[in-house]
Amino acid sequence: MFNKACELRKLCIDNNKKIYEIVIEKELEEAGISHQELLDKMETILDTMKKSANSALNKSVISVSKLTGGNAKKVEDYKNTRKTVAGEIINSAMAKALSTSEVNASMGKIVAAPTAGAAGIIPAALLTVKERFDLSDEDLINGLFTAAGIGQIIAKNATISGAEGGCQAECGSASAMVAAAIVELLGGDVDQALNAASFALINVMGLVCDPVAGLVEFPCIFRNASGVINALISADLALAGVKSLIPFDEVVEAMYKVGKTMPEALRETALGGVADTLTGREVKKRFQ
Amino acid sequence: MKNYSVFDILGPVMIGPSSSHTAGAARIGKIARELADKDFNGVSFYLHGSFAKTYKGHGTDKALVAGILGMEPSDERIKHSFELAEKNNIQIEFLEEDLGYVHPNTVKIVFHYEDKEDFYVIGSSIGGGNVTITNINGNEVSFTGDYPTILVKYKDRKGVISEISTILAKHHMNIATMNVTRENKIATMVMELDNPITDKIEEEISSIDEIIYITTINPIKR
Repeated sequence: MFNKACELRKLCIDNNKKIYEIVIEKELEEAGISHQELLDKMETILDTMKKSANSALNKSVISVSKLTGGNAKKVEDYKNTRKTVAGEIINSAMAKALSTSEVNASMGKIVAAPTAGAAGIIPAALLTVKERFDLSDEDLINGLFTAAGIGQIIAKNATISGAEGGCQAECGSASAMVAAAIVELLGGDVDQALNAASFALINVMGLVCDPVAGLVEFPCIFRNASGVINALISADLALAGVKSLIPFDEVVEAMYKVGKTMPEALRETALGGVADTLTGREVKKRFQ
Repeated sequence: MKNYSVFDILGPVMIGPSSSHTAGAARIGKIARELADKDFNGVSFYLHGSFAKTYKGHGTDKALVAGILGMEPSDERIKHSFELAEKNNIQIEFLEEDLGYVHPNTVKIVFHYEDKEDFYVIGSSIGGGNVTITNINGNEVSFTGDYPTILVKYKDRKGVISEISTILAKHHMNIATMNVTRENKIATMVMELDNPITDKIEEEISSIDEIIYITTINPIKR
C-alpha cells in the first residue's frame, strides 16, 4: 500500500484518514489476522512498554555488567524534590526513557522499538504526552500504529540498525516515529506529523553508534534520554506550524547515505567514538 | 524490498539487552533443546567471535542456558536461568572456541548424557533475534526455527523425497523451503513447512524403510 512517506501522505489525504488508520489497514491486508487480534497484540506491546518505563523509577536497577544503573531513579527523585533546569516534563520524560534502558540492560522485559538499544524513547514520549493531555490507552495504541508506520518507511528505504547506520538509525528513528505519533495524537495533520519526523531525524543526523565495551549501556541509555526530548521538541515544532524544507522521504534517504558513509568503527563495532577512549578501552578489557 | 510488519518495527517483546546477543541466543538454545533428547545432564557451550568476547556483559550465557531449559526469549526467568539449571541438576560450562569461518555470533551447544553419546547443535544469531541453525551433530543444515521444520536422515534411494512429500501433501502441508545434502550415501533433508507438524505425520514419515532418523520442531517464538 505504501513504501514511501509521499504514498502514505496521499493515502491519508485522498481517504481523509489518519496515518494509523492506513497503517492498520495495510497490516490487516498483509498479516491475515483479525482487527481485534491486531489491537490485542498492540495492547501487549503497550503494556510491556508501560512496565519498563516505570519499573526503574522508584528502585535502583543495575545492569548485568554492573557498568550502569540507578539513573532513572536519580532523575525521578531529583525532579520530585528540586526545581529543575529544564522543567518537570523534560525530566519526567528522561527518567522514563532511562527506566526502560535500565530494565533492558538488567535483562528485564522490553519492546524493541525499533531496536532494544533505542527501546526507551517511544514508551517515554508516549507516556509523558498521555499524562500531560490525559490521553487514553486507546489513543496510545493508535499512536503506536502511527509510529510503526513511520518506522516501516525508514526500515524499508534506509535502515533501523546501528550496525548499518549508526545511532541515528536507531535512536533517530525512534524519535522520528514517536514525534509523528504525538503530532497526530494532538490533532496535527499528516504533513505536520511528517514534519515532526523529519525534524527528529535531522536533529541527530550523523549520530554514531559507539557502545563502550560493545554493551548496550553507555552511551546508549543517555541517547535514549536525549532521544525522547528530541521527539518532544520535534512534535512541538511541527504543531507550532514550523515546516521542514526537506521532505521526510529525502531526509530518510540522506540519513541512509550518511550511515553508509560512516566508517565501520562508528557503527556498533565499539571501535570508535567514546568506546575508543582511554577509559572506554580500559572498560572493554574488563569484559574480555 | 523486504516487507515489515508493524511488529517487526515495534517488537519483539524480549528480555534485554540485545536482540542478537540475548534474544537470539535464547532462541538457539531452545531450538537445540527441541532437537536433542531431553534427558541430558550437562551442556557445554562453545562460544565463537563476538559471543565469546561479550557474552557476560550481554547475558548471552544466561540466555543460552534459559533456552536449553525450554524458556522463550521473552521469559522473565532468563535472568535466573543458572539457578534453574542447578535445581534441575544440569551441569553447565562455557568455553571460548574458534569455530572457523562462521558468523561472529555463533555457538556450538553440546548436550551430555549419562548413558548416551554427546549430541550437538551449532547456530548463529544473525540480528534482530533471527537465528540460523547450521549444523546438527555433524550434518550441515540451514534453517531458522521460524517455521515448522522436519529434519530427516535416510539411506539415499531414488523416490524417498517423493514419498515424504506425498505424505505431506496428503496432510495438506505446504513445503516452504527444502534442503538436501548427502554424505556416504546418507542424505540429510531439512524442510520448512507452512503448517504445524503433528505426531501422526512424523510417524508416517518414519515408517518409510530408508529413514534412519527424524525429528521435527514447531516454530520457536521470538
